[in-house]
Amino acid sequence: MVLNFVTTCSCHTPAQKYTLGASSNRTKLPPPLFSKVVIVLIDALRDDFVFGSKGVKFMPYTTYLVEKGASHSFVAEAKPPTVTMPRIKALMTGSLPGFIDVVRNLNSPALLEDNVIRQAKAAGKRIIFYGDETWVKLFPKHFVEYDGTTSFFVSDYTEVDNNVTRHLDKVLKRGDWDMLILHYLGLDHIGHIFGPNSPLIGRKLSEMDSVLMKIHTSLLSKERDTVLPNLLVLCGDHGMSETGSHGASSIGEVNTPLILISSAFERKPGDLRHPKHVQQTDLAATLAIGLGLPIPKDSVGSLLFPVVEGKPMREQLRFLQLNTVQLSKLLQENVPSYEKDPGYEQFKMSERLHGNWIKLYLQENHSEVLFNLGTKVLRQYLDALKTLSLSLSTQVAQYDLYSMLVGTVVVLEVLTLLLLSIPQALCRKAELEVPLSSPVFSLLFYLVFLVSLAIHVIVCTSAESSCYFCSLSWLAAGGMMLLISALLCAIVSAATRMFVSGDLLSKNPDPSNSRWSELDLLILLGTVGHVLSLGASSFVEEEHQTWYFLVNTLCLVLSQEIYRNYFLQDDCEPQCCFHIGQGLDSAIPALQDRTGCKASRHNKECESPSPREVLRGRDKWMVLASPWLILTCCRLLRSLNQTGVQWAHRPDLGHWLTSSDHKAELSVLAALSLLVIFVLIQRGCSPVSKVALALGLLGIYCYRAAIGNVLSLWQQDNKDISKGIVEARFVYVFVLGILFTGTKDLLKSQVIPADFKIKTVGLWEMYSGLVLLAALLFRPHNLPVLAFSLLIQTIMTKFIWKPLRHDAAEITIMHYWFGQAFFYFQGNSNNIATVDISAGFVGLNTYVEIPAMFLTAFGTYAGPVLWASHLVHFLSSETSSSSALSHACFCYALICSIPVSTYIILVTSLRYHLFIWSVFSPKLLYEGMHLLITAAICAFFTAMDQTSLTKS
Amino acid sequence: MTGKEISTLDLVLSAPRSPSEITGHPYIGIRTRDLGVISTTFSQIATQENTMKDTDIKRLLYMHLFCIFSIILSIFIPSFFLENFSILETHLTWLCICSVLVTVVNLVLYLVVKPNASSKRSSLSYKVTRLLKCCVYFLMSCFSFHVIFVLYGAPLIELVLETFLFAVILSAFTTVPCLCLLGPNLKAWLRVFSRNGVTSIWENSLQITTISSFVGAWLGAFPIPLDWERPWQVWPISCTLGATFGYTAGLVISPLWIYWNRKQLTYKNN
Repeated sequence: MVLNFVTTCSCHTPAQKYTLGASSNRTKLPPPLFSKVVIVLIDALRDDFVFGSKGVKFMPYTTYLVEKGASHSFVAEAKPPTVTMPRIKALMTGSLPGFIDVVRNLNSPALLEDNVIRQAKAAGKRIIFYGDETWVKLFPKHFVEYDGTTSFFVSDYTEVDNNVTRHLDKVLKRGDWDMLILHYLGLDHIGHIFGPNSPLIGRKLSEMDSVLMKIHTSLLSKERDTVLPNLLVLCGDHGMSETGSHGASSIGEVNTPLILISSAFERKPGDLRHPKHVQQTDLAATLAIGLGLPIPKDSVGSLLFPVVEGKPMREQLRFLQLNTVQLSKLLQENVPSYEKDPGYEQFKMSERLHGNWIKLYLQENHSEVLFNLGTKVLRQYLDALKTLSLSLSTQVAQYDLYSMLVGTVVVLEVLTLLLLSIPQALCRKAELEVPLSSPVFSLLFYLVFLVSLAIHVIVCTSAESSCYFCSLSWLAAGGMMLLISALLCAIVSAATRMFVSGDLLSKNPDPSNSRWSELDLLILLGTVGHVLSLGASSFVEEEHQTWYFLVNTLCLVLSQEIYRNYFLQDDCEPQCCFHIGQGLDSAIPALQDRTGCKASRHNKECESPSPREVLRGRDKWMVLASPWLILTCCRLLRSLNQTGVQWAHRPDLGHWLTSSDHKAELSVLAALSLLVIFVLIQRGCSPVSKVALALGLLGIYCYRAAIGNVLSLWQQDNKDISKGIVEARFVYVFVLGILFTGTKDLLKSQVIPADFKIKTVGLWEMYSGLVLLAALLFRPHNLPVLAFSLLIQTIMTKFIWKPLRHDAAEITIMHYWFGQAFFYFQGNSNNIATVDISAGFVGLNTYVEIPAMFLTAFGTYAGPVLWASHLVHFLSSETSSSSALSHACFCYALICSIPVSTYIILVTSLRYHLFIWSVFSPKLLYEGMHLLITAAICAFFTAMDQTSLTKS
Repeated sequence: MTGKEISTLDLVLSAPRSPSEITGHPYIGIRTRDLGVISTTFSQIATQENTMKDTDIKRLLYMHLFCIFSIILSIFIPSFFLENFSILETHLTWLCICSVLVTVVNLVLYLVVKPNASSKRSSLSYKVTRLLKCCVYFLMSCFSFHVIFVLYGAPLIELVLETFLFAVILSAFTTVPCLCLLGPNLKAWLRVFSRNGVTSIWENSLQITTISSFVGAWLGAFPIPLDWERPWQVWPISCTLGATFGYTAGLVISPLWIYWNRKQLTYKNN
């Protein structure tokens, strides 16, 4: 399973070309246009923060500059993933970074591609940087002076910016630099915590405005002694969605302002309402030309023409020619049939025209003819630039097909092995043994191993482009080949065994009377339907709808089953017996089906007399009402968080609660949810952990009150918002305490084999520790999700699974479905923007990588993890048969790996799809992470299973 | 039920069949050879049942054709009377017309064909209470469908009328035939819709049409999240169309299915 994930990662590593060459025509470069360049990058600066009403209100100086000053303003479109590190890369290299950079965003390695900073350093420019640490990691040793601030401590939004601004006065006075880069993080942090409509945004914008004014006046005053003017660039790396996060491709996240201010520009009233839309990658080329540097080699951007508009025609044409030459070179390298590209044809044509113009110019023919021809050449160049840039940005995405194929093969082999071992794993000993020792297959094994090694050598020596898998060490590649061939042999041997046992099975009584129950049918259809739906980008975007739909249908089918059992059996007893008997008969053939596995039904008949005798009176009514209760809960949760793309903008309860007017309601709701959580959790705990739980939940409320999310109970006068470190750590102590007690109980149950109850209690304590942790990490408006999840689990356990006696496989799949639905109920979706990274900073003073990543992952996947741990507890407490847990583990692994493996194949085949980067790749990241978590869960399952085996 | 059996027996006996038709069934033929006289009479009864089934299937087919015809009428007739009528644009009108037409056709057909044994108690008050009960059941089913749609994620306040009319048309496709055939008897309904609970061709066809309407409506929800931006993707048009297609498909499929499986189908006549 873990291996699956590794290959998943290797699958989406597009071949990145680490080309280090410099542009050839350096000697002929024109002189720089600007002497000093200051780049003010404000993280998550959305276009309407500057050009909209907020800009007019909070950024008066910038608005003045845009409207009346010597400036050019644009709306720069960022390509997804709209995360800081890829955006910085795009701004500085002009190329389009891939989606793997989202992961690397956390731990950015040095940038190897050609970029403006490298060129500037090579040209002897002195660069100073203050701000986000990412830059320092991306460009190590490039800055003569720097001060990095960490970008990951989200709840701090004043200190990060003060740490940048405090250097300003000194640096501006000194003036011994050529390029100054400032990266302000505060706005992004405010967006992450409070959203784009918070009053804090306005305050931050005013602060940024004053910073800009300070820099601009200082630059203007310096300009008097220098020949060349200075350039001030104000830009954002990405925008901000309506919820305040970023990563996806909504309009708010993609559109950022880009303002170039310099006294070289003409003072003309800019059109404030409709700035021109350009690409973010255009800045790299513009900066390079402005500083007199070669354009970065991989840049796909085109020069922002207004910048050079004031120059004489000859220079303008020269700049444009430089840019087109660079782009056409890039095109030649990437596209085999570049000569047929319309952009390339336009480029050739304009070069010819340019030559004519130069001839005319050298004849010193300063007539109107020259001017007219010049404008024509200009237009031709601009058109060529546009087409080249467009065709490049669509074609530059290259795929490392070989690595992808290797990954897909491994994933497919694992899946086939799982599928093939269904009958064996479910009916007999429930052991997934991988047959490797058989001598016949060992020959095959060596053959396959040698063949695949040979293929590897051939591919890696013949391929021109670099390949991720080839760049691995020989040992790792050999290990991979070993694995592939071992898996293949295992599949072959499993298939033969299946074939032999298939003969045996066919001699068994006819399977004609085997019909699946409606539930099995739904589970099968639902799984198949979900897997198929992953091929459509809309269904991936709206995957939560699929899960809500399936879970609702599941509830309706359950209610149908309940009604049939409770009404029909009263008057026609023989029919019910017949039904049960039929269920038993269907056990053997249904095993061949991949989801319907009913081995445990065999031992059901001897346990209890009849379901309806167990429950009478009030309980009966509860049973009848339970599916409807669950449906109602799901409907309420569904309106709590709107996710996805199409309906994400709809008003939902979550937004209503988080708005500052409804703090009282939010506090009541949070307190109520915590109370419900306590009531539902405490029944299975030992007295000590009950107390710990109560204190922990109280601590959670105090933590939320301390950081200002909910109303505080006692300290009304104390207004200042702290980080709540003490409170959060207080809760952590209890979480660890409860988990520790649970582990202790589990260990004890191994020592004392007779005591079955201790193990159940131990498992429940583990589970409640996880619930407590989730309650701490969830935002307060999401606490009802947790409460409802516990409620539904209780209802299902008490009134549905116990009386109806579903088998382990069905229960596992139901748990999986509900876990998936709860993943979306808590506001997640399949784009990166909805990951709540503030969960990773609960109770931490500074950014610590490992705990922060763990907490964020747990906070995101809390739904599936909690349902899976409930499953472990339920199965080990309910079913007496020891094989139930291993069945469940097997089913869980299978049901999780089917969508993932299908998805990997789908993505591989859809790699040239229009939405590959905006829709499919984030989903692949989510699936990879989900697989990793599934692997952890399965390991836990197996550990539990082992303890039960050693006990018996 | 016994009364009915005797009457059908009389009916079949009064119309003698040719011997080839009696032994036409291979299974019955073997039995005739093996068991002699006793099984000959047995096979006669079986054949009588078969012929009864055949006529029933024919009646079923005609009935279903009428129902399909009524749906087609509901698409084409209103455009003569109403201006700008089209299924997609004036969807609500079509929903009303279609559900009324289907209900009326179903009622009339069941009154004419009378597939179920009419009860012996035919006092007026009993009939009236039965009718009232049917109406209440119909309304109840409309409301409960509405609730289910909302639980499935239909908007609670906006588009109430659309959601409710969808509930009405789905009730017309499913609840009305149930009420006609089974009467306001929830246990009979549960029996029909659980496995092996069917006791006649009529109930079998009812099961098929009802389930196919539900499945149609269920599948109709799938295109909604797709970004094709077609007019029929708007709630609840795709679902109503899905339900209609499902109902029509059920109407077509059920006589054919029963005809193909007529030899395997044995109903317990309790």
